[in-house]
Amino acid sequence: MSDMKQLSTTPATHPVHPAEKPGVLVKPGAEPVLKATNITKWFGENHVLRGASITVWPGETVCILGRSGSGKSTFLRSLNFLEDPTDGIVEIDGVIVGADPFHKEGGERQERIREVRMRAGMVFQEFNLFPHLSVIENCVEAPVHVKGMDRKEAEAIAEKYLAKVGLLEKRDEYPSRLSGGQRQRVAIARALTMQPKVLLFDEPTSALDPTLVGEVLKVMADLAHEGRTMIVVTHEMDFAHEAADRVYYMDQGEFAEVGPPEQVIDAPKDPRTKEFLSRFRTLGAKK
Amino acid sequence: MTDAQRLASAVAAAQASRTKAWSRRFRLTWGAVVALLIIFIATSLNVEIGFMTSATPFILGGIGLTILVSAASITLATVLATIGALGRLSGNAVINGSASFYVSFFRGTPLILQLLFWYLALPQVGIVLDPIFCAIVALGMNYGAYMTEIFRAGVQAVPLGQREAAAALGMSNRTAFLRIIAPQAFRIIVPAIGNDFVAMLKDSALASTVSLHEILWRAQNIGAQKFKTLQTFMIAAMVYWVLTIVFTALQNRIETRLSAGDRNTAVKG
Repeated sequence: MSDMKQLSTTPATHPVHPAEKPGVLVKPGAEPVLKATNITKWFGENHVLRGASITVWPGETVCILGRSGSGKSTFLRSLNFLEDPTDGIVEIDGVIVGADPFHKEGGERQERIREVRMRAGMVFQEFNLFPHLSVIENCVEAPVHVKGMDRKEAEAIAEKYLAKVGLLEKRDEYPSRLSGGQRQRVAIARALTMQPKVLLFDEPTSALDPTLVGEVLKVMADLAHEGRTMIVVTHEMDFAHEAADRVYYMDQGEFAEVGPPEQVIDAPKDPRTKEFLSRFRTLGAKK
Repeated sequence: MTDAQRLASAVAAAQASRTKAWSRRFRLTWGAVVALLIIFIATSLNVEIGFMTSATPFILGGIGLTILVSAASITLATVLATIGALGRLSGNAVINGSASFYVSFFRGTPLILQLLFWYLALPQVGIVLDPIFCAIVALGMNYGAYMTEIFRAGVQAVPLGQREAAAALGMSNRTAFLRIIAPQAFRIIVPAIGNDFVAMLKDSALASTVSLHEILWRAQNIGAQKFKTLQTFMIAAMVYWVLTIVFTALQNRIETRLSAGDRNTAVKG
């Protein structure tokens, strides 16, 4: 292992895909808030991510589509290092963290990862609310104990976002007393209370009873329309179509097609995207 | 009332009466076994009520020491198990290896041997420990090893998603453990500590071998003086049994209270 830099295939400059152009809500001249370059992941012999790159400007909502096992969740989880990528670089709001597959870097990299995580709120498929804490405590836990924010101040911010997701009256309830849709909305408020630069959604409606999907998607659409920066891994085509500035179709660990939803969803060019969408239409022909 | 409703209430009534009959048989069985035991003891074992009533207060005098040793040992065991479990969860090979050795060794050798070791072996290197201290150290270290694995399992029973959610919010491992993982693991672990305390009440009888004047030692000695150990042992057995029943009931109350406060029991939405 003479020099692992030689083993890395990450380019020196971040490649921007021709279809990656700032969305309608992006202020003119704004720099990208998130750049992920050549994200690569090997699970043993399994090549899960084959150097996927993404560029997101502040105010944009982008959706990542793809069949299960395509690597889209792994890609999203690499952006905040819940999965440690084998190669690649993530830059969020100026904080840069590279892959460190040989564990050459120490605690300083961990600190930068925490900086990245504070800037990137995450919403999970399984909600992952803290069951021993009430709704308001779930929201203020990290602002108080990670950011060192004053509790009163954190509660005021949390209440604002609980009101936004329509659950202010549940502030003192415990998660077990909430429906799945309510839990996911609390999880969104919890992520927002950290005042992140980007929100990452990992199939946020996949664990929900079909009747509860709508209330969560509505909250997400509202956030998208008011200019939150969001990266959403989802199977909800209608949401992607309506809310996304750009859609990425992932296949076998790389983005097969990138572009506005009208192109990728309505008129896909790539045969893999075409096949996926045609299957999706037959199986999920609900609309 | 419709036929369907009549059927439903008839079924419910039949179910209730079956349940009631079952508990009646259950209680009768207990009564019968206890009565048989008393008859057997009274008729075939030369029970002398006079001697037994005079010996009983002396034996009961050991209850305090039994509870004291058990409580002190479970406290020591809890401390050791906390350290041990953190060690077993550590990514540091030296720390994890040391904790793993502790668990393996103290679970892999007999408790009575460990007790005698503290009592007999240490004086040979010039360390003489008071019997009560020996008993507490031996029981505490041994139970600590078993409880290490229980505590570790309790921590690992907290879903991975909780760790991920904490990490995704920017919490350090330490903050995540203290604020998110430990409080949830605690609820899983507390009933196990209660169980072990009840088991410890009985295992503390081993301390009689290092001449600690607890319940069993007293039964053995007052019985030996009059060659009536069988009768004093029966008294000791009753005392332990009652203690166990009392502390189990107490433990159940604590558990009920804990689970009443457990807001994590509802089904997923």
